[in-house]
Amino acid sequence: MPSPLRLCVRRSPAPDGGGARTLVTLRLPSEIECIEEAVDLVTRHCLAGHEASRTTRFRLQVVLSEALSNAIVRGNQEDRGKWVDVRAELGPDAIRLEVTDEGPGFNPADVPEPIRPEQLDEANGRGLYLIRKLVDLVQFNEQGNSICMILRRP
Amino acid sequence: MAFSRTKDASGVAIVQVEGQLIVGNRHELKELVQAALGQGERRLLIDFSRTGYIDSSGLGALVSISKKIREAGGELRLSGLNEDLRSLFELTKLDTLFAIAETPQQALASF
Repeated sequence: MPSPLRLCVRRSPAPDGGGARTLVTLRLPSEIECIEEAVDLVTRHCLAGHEASRTTRFRLQVVLSEALSNAIVRGNQEDRGKWVDVRAELGPDAIRLEVTDEGPGFNPADVPEPIRPEQLDEANGRGLYLIRKLVDLVQFNEQGNSICMILRRP
Repeated sequence: MAFSRTKDASGVAIVQVEGQLIVGNRHELKELVQAALGQGERRLLIDFSRTGYIDSSGLGALVSISKKIREAGGELRLSGLNEDLRSLFELTKLDTLFAIAETPQQALASF
């Protein structure tokens, strides 16, 4: 069966001559079974030909997996008629990741921190917290259905 | 990605996590541990020496598994976390909830 994922990769020299840029876009259906392949494709194409530490690769994989999981499960409610779009841009100093779903959005300020002792036994609620800890900057659009994560390259 | 279950000479059930532990396969791990408990296993080790990455759903599954094992009067150990994987447990304070050993051998010796 062909993969339902739609991938596009563009590589171009930076306009200011400051190093090559890679732009990876990926569209995937709202199926959690697609997440691992999506993470693998974006990570592989985004970092191809570039030096990246094991930790940078790891963080990219974890935060992308988290953002896709949030988009598919909470945003699109696993509605197979809805899509999730990923845009990953690798520049000389940073990786910029955008994940957008077709859901109504949410207010990230309403999400509590999950590390209080009484919450340790909870199975859910660590996703956004982990993202915030693993990347350098997190932003949402006004609607709250698109997350932008910036990971500076060491 | 796959989970496999073996038993060491001292009777500890060892679960190996190969690849990722994420939202798409966490139920598989929970079912495997549930089956082990159903078959009378009470000392379990989950080893991550061959694991790539874990997401928050995977961490959540481990929390649920830990609770189930405790309720059954059993013991759980984790082992084989590299520096990056371990950082996930530290950031979420889950390193205080689990008994984590560096290697499977050290984990087995601690039962």
